[in-house]
Amino acid sequence: MKVLVAVKRVIDYNVKVRVKPDNSDVDLTNVKMAMNPFCEIAVEEAVQLKERGIASEVVAVTVGPKAAQEQLRTALALGADRAIHLETDEVVESLGVAKLLKKVVEDEQPNLVLMGKQSIDTDNNQTGQMLSALMGWAQATFASKVAIEGDTATVEREIDGGLQTLSLNLPAVITTDLRLNEPRYAKLPDIMKAKKKPVDTRAVADLGVDIAPRVELVRVELPTERQEGVRVGSVDELVDKLKNEAKVI
Amino acid sequence: MATLIFAEHQDGALDPATARVVAGAKALGEPIDVVLMGHQIDGAARQAAEIDGVSRVLVADNEAYQHVLAENVSKVLVELSGEYTHLLASASTTGKNVLPRVAALKDVSPLTDVIAIESSDTFRRPIYAGSAIATVKSLDALKIVSLRATAFEPAGQQSAASIEPVTVVEVSTTSRFVSEARPEGERPELTSAGVVVSGGRGMGNGENFKLLEAVADKLGAAIGASRAAVDAGYVPNDMQVGQTGKIVAPELYIAVGISGSIQHLAGMKDSRVIVAINNDDEAPIFKVADYGLVGDLFEVLPELAQKL
Repeated sequence: MKVLVAVKRVIDYNVKVRVKPDNSDVDLTNVKMAMNPFCEIAVEEAVQLKERGIASEVVAVTVGPKAAQEQLRTALALGADRAIHLETDEVVESLGVAKLLKKVVEDEQPNLVLMGKQSIDTDNNQTGQMLSALMGWAQATFASKVAIEGDTATVEREIDGGLQTLSLNLPAVITTDLRLNEPRYAKLPDIMKAKKKPVDTRAVADLGVDIAPRVELVRVELPTERQEGVRVGSVDELVDKLKNEAKVI
Repeated sequence: MATLIFAEHQDGALDPATARVVAGAKALGEPIDVVLMGHQIDGAARQAAEIDGVSRVLVADNEAYQHVLAENVSKVLVELSGEYTHLLASASTTGKNVLPRVAALKDVSPLTDVIAIESSDTFRRPIYAGSAIATVKSLDALKIVSLRATAFEPAGQQSAASIEPVTVVEVSTTSRFVSEARPEGERPELTSAGVVVSGGRGMGNGENFKLLEAVADKLGAAIGASRAAVDAGYVPNDMQVGQTGKIVAPELYIAVGISGSIQHLAGMKDSRVIVAINNDDEAPIFKVADYGLVGDLFEVLPELAQKL
């Protein structure tokens, strides 16, 4: 079976976010970028499915600027077979991305689409559900375990306060949570090999998909900073403060 | 012009977050209807009808909705949403599972995890794991919004509003419920715990997390970890608190042997009271801590467990 895995280029998880002085957006100038960590988990799962002989082909896809090809190369180095780059310099909202991915899904006819549950920039947690709805497919979000057998995926998902297991007819969309797997690091020979794997680049503007923004970003600001508190000299003092001052224990 | 709230229930009782979502919805100044979907949920419906500000409770009671599968309930919400300008839900795993699906079918760009309602079309929501707050204006005719329930004080009570059945039946066969496990008696879940005790690389190894357990046992706390501790292999990934892990905001967060990287702070800095225990006086975690204790965690933790 064929697995499509969607990845997103985002700010590196370890970079401190700056806001532009005019509060129009966050400032990503000269900031280190990387593959969204939840997308890494999705790629890892797809590659493991291939290693277990369940998936025959893993196709990575991204929507983003020219530079997003770096994240596709990362996916290829991690084990994806080929990649599709829907190139645009526009900011595309989840709905637009879902519509673009629908186009790719219709072309590629994968049996399974794997995606991160959310990206760590906009924190929307939407695109997988939206793609699934547009396709009329089943969905399993927050996946912590995936088992494929024939045309069925059994997925354990992390819900508030517990775990739920669903059985989905394939094709379906599954979005990944932290517990699903531990993504590998790309090895140097694989990074070299990835440079030779095919990347099919298509201009978003040519695809005839409505990606006009529906949400206007009015303002971005830093949250109110926490004030540094006090130092305590002993465990006794700490316990006393927690009991009598903060009243949290 | 009215607001529809998709409410959740568990074991026959209404999800307490509903009263918070209703309180948030009041800012929109429109009549508020609540819809519940499930099977044998009369009790939960009555509770919803008694939340101050609710005009009407709609109940879709059908076996098909028992496990609130996104494929089924999203179609009902699509059917119902025609009469409304706003569709709200709690930004829970269920809310996040269902609302985007409705939004795609209605060709709407939904908003997740809203923490403040500025006007009928303008909302505030955290981005970059709360490192920045975005004010966003929805241009869609129907606004589909999940609210971070903890950002709103719960609405009070009223004499019961009317309860009306919804007869729409949507049964999707693409997915099936298999099972559900909600562990009881064990440690609380990280994202809903009132107290979280987390360990970092300073713990030295996974075995030493037992020292945290002794403290957590006394406080009924969940146990978390920094990404550094996870990367070092001390504990599994699902214990990770931070931008790439769980975002927590408990009443009390105790960070032990955690230096306080940007990505960790993004996951816990909205906690009400933060305690940092670290042997490095210069550790950035102290900058966000209400109470800092500089000391050797291997001495501090046993003493703390004993004195709590």
